[in-house]
This record gives sequence, structure tokens and C-alpha cells, in this order.
Amino acid sequence: MSNTAVIAAAASAAAAGAETFVLNLGPQHPATHGVLRVKLTMDGEYITRAEPVPGYIHRMHEKMGENRTCAQFLPNTSRIDYLSAMHYTHAFVAAVERAAQIEVPRRAEFVRVITSELNRISSHLVWFGAFLLDLGGFTPLLYAFDDREKILDLLERITGARLTYCYYRFGGLYNDVDAEFLRGTREFTQYMRPRLAMYRDLVTDNIILRKRLVGIGIVDAEMCRRYGATGPVIRGAGVAYDVRRAEPYSVYPELDFRIPTHPEGDSMARYLVRMEEMEQSLRIIEQALDLIPEGPVQAKVPKTIKLPPGDTCFAVEAARGRFMVRIVSDGKDIPYRVKLRTPSFSNLSLFEEASRGMLLADALAFMGSLDLVIPDIDR
Amino acid sequence: MSLPPESLVQQFAERFPRAVDTAPASDAGTGGSAAPMQPPPTCQVVDFKRRGVHVEAAVTAELVVVVARWLDENGYALDTVTGVDWLVSNEMEVVYDFFHPAAFWRVAVRVRLPRAAPGLPTISPVFPGANWHERETHEFFGIVFQGHPDLSPLLLPEDADYHPLRKDYRP
Repeated sequence: MSNTAVIAAAASAAAAGAETFVLNLGPQHPATHGVLRVKLTMDGEYITRAEPVPGYIHRMHEKMGENRTCAQFLPNTSRIDYLSAMHYTHAFVAAVERAAQIEVPRRAEFVRVITSELNRISSHLVWFGAFLLDLGGFTPLLYAFDDREKILDLLERITGARLTYCYYRFGGLYNDVDAEFLRGTREFTQYMRPRLAMYRDLVTDNIILRKRLVGIGIVDAEMCRRYGATGPVIRGAGVAYDVRRAEPYSVYPELDFRIPTHPEGDSMARYLVRMEEMEQSLRIIEQALDLIPEGPVQAKVPKTIKLPPGDTCFAVEAARGRFMVRIVSDGKDIPYRVKLRTPSFSNLSLFEEASRGMLLADALAFMGSLDLVIPDIDR
Repeated sequence: MSLPPESLVQQFAERFPRAVDTAPASDAGTGGSAAPMQPPPTCQVVDFKRRGVHVEAAVTAELVVVVARWLDENGYALDTVTGVDWLVSNEMEVVYDFFHPAAFWRVAVRVRLPRAAPGLPTISPVFPGANWHERETHEFFGIVFQGHPDLSPLLLPEDADYHPLRKDYRP
């Protein structure tokens, strides 16, 4: 075949859209923020099929859960989603408390709410910085991590850890908070509000950001329902589903907060939901600081907790959505089965359907707007 | 449309006649390795504060798809699918969890299968989210979801032919 014939054949194949190629994204790729691989079938710049290949950092947490006691497994739960460790340990201790019928002191519940909401803000700040980094803006990351540092310092004071907290214990807390923590947290809420306003001016109203996000990566309420997507993904599709309201736990029913929703279902909607959620978390923290009673922070519990036979579920609203623990017990001190239902797993499972026909650059922005944490998918 | 737990149990009885138990569940739940297999299908309201679900149903493998379709029509979302290996009673259990995004009800559907050849139809045509959950349950328990588009391992290595969450698994 002559050169011109080859070129002509290639041109006509490309014009007919007949020529696709496979592009491998990851498992080591900066935009996936962890070891996630996506097998992309591309038609030029457009995605024909995007197949996520998770499992690169699978650690078999569920098997570890069924060959050690609940107390021994507890630190594992903070390593599933390392950015929202408080919520994950909360779900596990609360599942055990529900099964063993342990009453938690009120002061401990308020501290749990305060620390959980601080953790939610720090998680959203990491997402905010990393997401904008994906989109080509470097400066917001520096601002976000500066703010996050204040939260990490506060939590390090009382928990001893900066990321993988194991602060909640069955029936209460590892230790009480001191006046310095309460004062520092109050100070942080006053500091953070103007920062959120500054982010609005600096980033949210930016025309380049809007062009990258508005109308891109549409995930509607129906798709969320069929895939079980939760968290800011379903709230960005206009559904006010939040486990703190849906299955009220701790002292959340006593606190007044709004569940931000945006009906558009695009990447911008998910962005706005998270930004408004940080504001609501500040509101929750302020109320909890006003209402926190004096008293003990740990109930009397036996050294080894034996769960009665049967199974128990407990769900919490983690930073990425619904996290549920299901503990099946056969009456021994070691759980018979521990199931961890993680939000990122379900949120990523819709990626294949939602990214069809999308530009590769938009798909990466879309993936960032899902706020994936890869160990949360792989467990 | 979102039915309260009692009406959901009522509708279940009409849709899937045969043994239906509307009495409140015992707090012990359906676990316990020595518990005998219950004659399905059953559906009952359970104490949410103790169990974390509002309605528990037990069905046969043949009914899984129609039950999933019925919950789909009622606006439920798929929460998760998982397995439990009951080694002593020689059974495998598959648990489907559902939640309602607007009315907030929680429903769990259970299926017991013979341990020697655990197989049941896939619900992934009804809930596409089940695709990954069923792949995961297949690789960890060796439960076969008939009609599933691709049961290759999801989290384990692609050549994994072992099922690590089985109670008799030895690495």
C-alpha cells in the first residue's frame, strides 16, 4: 500500500470513529491520588469506556476483623479512609455499643460530634486543595493545608495522632478533652469562617474553575440510587440524604444544621455541597461547644466485650458518604464476620457509566469531584 | 413512593405469598451458627435501635431478582451485598442491604444457600451498583452469581482462585 493510501485509510477510519485505542491510567498516576488504575478505551480525546481496576492496596480488613477481638480490630478502622478516621472508628465503636447495649456518657457524645466535624472539615480541606491541584491551581492547596494544620494540631493534642486517630473507645473516649482544646476549637471556628469566605472569592467564583466544572460529569439522583452513591455525590444530585438525618446517631438530633444540596448533579454541584458542608460543620461545632456538659467520658465496660449472637449494623455519615459496619456475632469474643460498606466503593462504581463519551481531561476533573480515597475502595 | 415498614411487610406478604411472619423479631436476630434454616420467604419489622435495619426479609434464591425489582420500584437504593459463611450448618448466606434515599428506611434481604454449590441469580440488571458488590462477594466467598457479566476478581489479584473469607480457608 502506498503512503497516501495508508493515510487515507487511517483518516477515513478516524472520521468514522472506528479506531479506538486503550490508554492505561495509573496505578501510579498523580490524578488518582493513590493507587487506582483505570483502563480507558479512547476514541481520540473521548472516552468510549473507562473501566476502573481497584484492589492494588487491598489489605483484607474484613478478614482481620474476624480473627481478633473488637478492641484489637478498632485501630484498623481508622486506616480504611485515612482522611476521615474519626467517622470510621465512630461507626465501629457504635456498632459494638449497639450490639452489646452500652450506654455512652453525654459528654463523650458531644466530644465525638466535635471531633468528627473537625475531621470532616480537615478531610474536605484536603479534597479542596488536591482537587484544585488536579485542575491546575496550585495556590489553594497551600491555603487549605495551612488551615488543616490547625485542625491536626487540635486533634493531636487530645488523641496523640495526626491522621489515624483511635480516640473513640467502646462506651466513650480514650481520654477527656481539656479546656485548652475547647478554647482552641472555639478559636478555630472564628478563624475558619472568614477563610471560607476568602475561598469563595479566590476560587469558587473563578471563571476558569466554572468552565471546568459546570455541566461536566452529570450524575443524577436516579444514577445515585441505582449505584448506591451517597455523601456529597447524592447531595450534589439534589437528594438530601445524610446519615446524620436519615439514621440519627450520637447527639446530632439535638443540633441544628442544614443539609446542603444542589440539584444540578455536575462537578460544580458536588464542589459547592462540600464547601457549604464545611460551614455547617462549623455551626455544629459551635453549638456542641455551647451545649457540652461536664461529666464522665467513659462508661463501665467489661475488658473483653462479648457480643450476643445475631447481627447489628451501624452507619455514619463519613466525609465521603455512608459508611456502614455490619457485625455478625456467634456469641464469642471475636466477631464472626465484619462487613465494611465504604462510600468510595459505591461512588466509584458509577464512574464507568457516567464517564462514557466524556473528554479525558473532563473525566479527571469528574473523578476528582467524586473525592475518592483509594484505601477506602480497596479496604 | 415510600412505604413505612409495616406496609412494606404487608405488601411483601401480598407479592410473595407463603409463610409470612409479622410478629416482632426476637432480638437475637437471624444469626447463630446453630440456627436452623427458616422456611422462606419471610418478612418482618425489626427493632432499628437494636439492629440497624427496619425490615428483614429471608427469601429463596429464585426470588432474589423479583424482590430486588420490587424494592427498586419502591425507590430503594442498593447499599451493599455481602456473604457470611456458616461452616457448622454447611450453608452460605448472602445479605443484600438496601436504603431509601428519601424515606430513610433500611431493608435487609437474606438468602441461604447450600455451601457445596452456592449459586443464585445476579441482580445487576436491576441495580447496576450490584455488579461490583457481587464480584467482591464472589471472589471472597466463591458464591456464583448466575448471569453476572464479569465475575473476575475485583480486589484480589486477577489470577486469584481462592476465597479468603471462607471459614475453612488456609493461606
